[in-house]
Amino acid sequence: MASASPHTRPLSPHLTAWKWGANMLVSILHRVTGDGMALVGTVLIVWWLAALSGGSASYAAFMNVFTLHTGALNVIGYIVGIGLTLCFFQHLASGIRHFILDVGAGYELKANRRYSILTIVFSILATAAFWAYLIWGK
Amino acid sequence: MGNGTSIGRVRALGSAHEGTHHWWHQRLTAAANLFLMTWFLISIARLPGYDWTTVSGWMQSAWVAIPMILLIASVFYHARLGLQVLIEDYAHSENRYVLMILLNAFVIVGAAIGIFSVLSIAFTGASA
Repeated sequence: MASASPHTRPLSPHLTAWKWGANMLVSILHRVTGDGMALVGTVLIVWWLAALSGGSASYAAFMNVFTLHTGALNVIGYIVGIGLTLCFFQHLASGIRHFILDVGAGYELKANRRYSILTIVFSILATAAFWAYLIWGK
Repeated sequence: MGNGTSIGRVRALGSAHEGTHHWWHQRLTAAANLFLMTWFLISIARLPGYDWTTVSGWMQSAWVAIPMILLIASVFYHARLGLQVLIEDYAHSENRYVLMILLNAFVIVGAAIGIFSVLSIAFTGASA
């Protein structure tokens, strides 16, 4: 970690100076989805595991936050569930894109743009497929 | 970056006394997460129900408890590395050191609760 820098140092106008492209969008999506899951997803999975180990009453208290009395997901359950799976699939796809970039491939302008768009297409399709299976496939 | 001393070139370390371990561990845990999270999502999707008896019974199996513990370790490590970059990029004053300590506390406490919960279910059957 570099040492703390003075406040007066000028910042690059990196978000306003450039015309937005798919690669920029995917880059910031990778950070937003990753850090979003790191802050929200980790808390949720630990809450879920702790509630499960605490017994049926504490598990029911956890499930009541996200489900209706019928057992189906409520609005919060759908927003959190679909939101986290969309984040996961986007981060997975753009993470694989990073693996490809790490070996030195995919830097040509057209290929870079195509891979970037593909990560978004994949995350939307995978999320739709996952929830279609959960809702209608069982 | 200069060429450094000969021993420095052998170790591939500069004056920061560390090399690419952050980058490399991020990749290693990313690959582990790829497998573990794929297993997790498929397993969750294929569970016959989401009531306490079904889910805790499922978690008692070693085939579930062990991957769950590995998943928590790998995911929390990966999350810590990612949040560290967030802090380094956006926190410029001395508070970045406070944030790093809080981050370490967050992931260590979170992972400990998660792993203990899985062990507790697996070993005691989680009393109703």
